[in-house]
Amino acid sequence: MSPVETAESAPEPASKIELPAHLGGGGEIPTFDVTLRVRRYDPEFSDESKWEDFRMTMYGTDRVLDALHKVKWEQDGSLSFRRSCAHGVCGSDAMRINGRNRLACKTLLKDLDTSKPILVEPIKGLPVEKDLIVDMEPFFQSFREIMPFLINRDHAPTKERLQSAEERARFDDTTKCILCAACTSSCPVFWTDGQYFGPAAIVNAHRFIFDSRDDAGDMRLEILNDKEGVWRCRTVFNCTEACPRGIQVTQAIAEVKQAILSRQV
Amino acid sequence: MWSWVGHRITGVVIFIFLLVHVLDTSLVRVSPEAYTAVIGAYKNPIMGLGEAALVAAIVFHAFNGLRVIAVDFWKKGPKYQRQMLWAVLGLWAVTMIPFLIRHLTIVFSNLGGN
Repeated sequence: MSPVETAESAPEPASKIELPAHLGGGGEIPTFDVTLRVRRYDPEFSDESKWEDFRMTMYGTDRVLDALHKVKWEQDGSLSFRRSCAHGVCGSDAMRINGRNRLACKTLLKDLDTSKPILVEPIKGLPVEKDLIVDMEPFFQSFREIMPFLINRDHAPTKERLQSAEERARFDDTTKCILCAACTSSCPVFWTDGQYFGPAAIVNAHRFIFDSRDDAGDMRLEILNDKEGVWRCRTVFNCTEACPRGIQVTQAIAEVKQAILSRQV
Repeated sequence: MWSWVGHRITGVVIFIFLLVHVLDTSLVRVSPEAYTAVIGAYKNPIMGLGEAALVAAIVFHAFNGLRVIAVDFWKKGPKYQRQMLWAVLGLWAVTMIPFLIRHLTIVFSNLGGN
């Protein structure tokens, strides 16, 4: 089934044969012209980054990622960006679109102001390698430090480790993280202090700290009870607004703060 | 984010005021005449507007400080942070409007008297 055909059509007509020929099947998708203003950087040619405009005609169903593809495939093959699944799951294409961190694959062009150029920049706070590609290593280093895996000192059971629905619900929100770095790279504290663990690492620590099957909550709280840990959070709420998965990031950080104070998970 | 930016800026403004305030108050130890002269120099409309801005900064910083405490220590704080920001701005307006009416009346009526 083509997803294009379902756009704007109410109940499917009983017979498609009677449709007038000019409708072309499912009705035309509106097109519009957009200008994509991309922050380009190529250290092989210049140490300075600069804006470059690309004009193109796009469809109402297209996303910013489709526009980037069109540039790369038809206008300038040297444009570099990361994407993998292109459906909001892999977390590869977080970028700063019109000043806000979003996933290019989840941002429809029609939802942006197409009368003005659409600004596309790499996410902030991480070293830019080329165009929209940043070095994610400092981000993943913080992620590794909070031990993002189940630690259980009991003997491995022959079946699943059981957990009640309430125990599972306790950390449900923070299981949604796709490690796109939209939150961490929207944090003003992280921009000025790259040593800060950052929201994403704390979210993933939260996911295990409040998991009833995990035994290393105390160790993780100790790791985050650091000068560069949760106390660096100034409750700016940029992370919560940036998260493409709708995780209540600041809420999770506040819960970790309270758990450190009370030593109760 | 703007609540945080506002909190930072008002914090720095209040800090600078306190610095100057400690200096001019300690002048009384140097000589009471110098102190009186400096305090007298503050009695002009520009300083009057400055005082209004200072009170505005302190009132915002105080109410938003309570909001930040609620975000950190109240379980539902992060969920209601936006509503609490509106409450902060509402309380700020409720406090500032009567103050400004009274304060600016005094500042500008003294202007005529002098």
